[in-house]
Amino acid sequence: MDSIPAAPPNATIHPLVVRICHWINVVAISIMVLSGWRIYDASPLFPFRFPPDLTLGGWLAGALQWHFAAMWLLVANGLAYVLYGVFSGHYRRSFFPLTWGAILHEFANLLHGRISHRLGVYNPLQKSAYLVVILLGIALVLSGLSIWKPVQLQELAALMGGYEGARRVHFFAMAGVVGFVVVHVVMVMLVPRTLVPMFTGHAPREGGK
Amino acid sequence: MKKTPPRLAPVLESLPTKQIQLLERRLFLKHSLSLGALALLTGCDVTDADAVQKVLWAMSKWNDRVQALLFNPSKLAPTYPESAIAKPFPFNAYYGEDEVIEVDPGGYKLALSGLIRDKKPWTLTELYALPQVSQVTRHVCVEGWSAIGKWTGVPFRHFLERVGADLSAKYVGFNCLDGYYTSIDMATALHPQTQLTFQFADRTLPAKYGFPMKLRMPTKLGFKNPKHIAEIFVTNQFPGGYWEDQGYNWFSGS
Ligand code: HEM
Repeated sequence: MDSIPAAPPNATIHPLVVRICHWINVVAISIMVLSGWRIYDASPLFPFRFPPDLTLGGWLAGALQWHFAAMWLLVANGLAYVLYGVFSGHYRRSFFPLTWGAILHEFANLLHGRISHRLGVYNPLQKSAYLVVILLGIALVLSGLSIWKPVQLQELAALMGGYEGARRVHFFAMAGVVGFVVVHVVMVMLVPRTLVPMFTGHAPREGGK
Repeated sequence: MKKTPPRLAPVLESLPTKQIQLLERRLFLKHSLSLGALALLTGCDVTDADAVQKVLWAMSKWNDRVQALLFNPSKLAPTYPESAIAKPFPFNAYYGEDEVIEVDPGGYKLALSGLIRDKKPWTLTELYALPQVSQVTRHVCVEGWSAIGKWTGVPFRHFLERVGADLSAKYVGFNCLDGYYTSIDMATALHPQTQLTFQFADRTLPAKYGFPMKLRMPTKLGFKNPKHIAEIFVTNQFPGGYWEDQGYNWFSGS
């Protein structure tokens, strides 16, 4: 049973800043990932390539142009989101408290085909997934900076294992984010009533009463 | 709508077939962006592709400026022990390895032009007599791979001072015997590790790495390091470059 009450009808469950940043981020991440795949294909780290038709940019130079243009959008938007999340108390309210026990309990629920969802309240798995993807985003940006500027930012690059290490960190952080997005979108499809509030900010009135 | 970029037509005639294919591919893509791009541009018609292209170019110019600001003229690229040198060191050019040019050392002369006081051409013997240093640094390719190599030659700053180049000019440009051309910012030209290179791994620079001479910059991506240099010029007019004119970022600093 859920001890947490659902948000009252029409309450703001997603702050405006979070909604704007979220959807800008969807655009920025899509550009970064699709152009990044094209860049990866120019010199694959592992014995596979991404299908060129799924990539953005047409050729390496085009992909690099997209990547280095969209990185500004990703970073500016990401900074706005994280600063808002930290200083407005949004993270404290929405992502905490969070315990291993709660995460495991929710995971067990999921295995039994149950997803706890009260509009406006993230379940423990969601909370942990959102925290992880934020950390992955930070890892992506820092490893990306290390690959872009392995000389000027060599101290940062050294933390990532140098230029070649940073390429791997960048790849796996991308893979983690893409994995998150796949699961995230599947969850939204499973609980579709969460989607509209991510645009409007409000929980819809129950059953159209 | 269907306008051909002005630069491409004259370039096409002088390029090897592989390159023409690349350019054709690019032209094709300019007018029909890949699936991913279309998905992102949903709702826009095809003419917007040109607008998108303009924004991307503007962002690339912006990134040139940011990189110039990030560039610390006294920050040295990491150096490595000789045991880390890649063997074999990868070959890369805008043509295949079987098309590498052979340069006759006896007939070779390095031409100088632009804002340089002493424009007398240099023979190889004269160049080899300049004071030389070695570096073991990482070459990073725009494609993503990297390889450590050892390069020996004269610090470029020393050479520029020696010939009386205007060190307050903005650019140093390079024309190469294989038809390649590129240009760099003066700050990078004067960086302590920027080197006019005559040797790779303690031996005369082999043809495939740019005989008789290349410019080695561990602070820039590989394609910014011209090989088979025929002419060096100093200028305040933006000279562009072979790959840069096609869309690769001009500054491309590391
Ligand atoms: C088309 C793709 C996407 C859809 C449809 C979507 C949908 C949603 C929805 C409906 C929520 C609210 C969940 C709830 O109320 O329980 C949400 C939250 C969130 N999504 Fe997405 N999302 C997408 C892509 C992404 C991407 C690419 C990322 C990051 C890489 C992301 C990260 C997040 C985060 C961190 C939250 C929590 C935001 C907060 O409260 O601070 N989403 N998303």
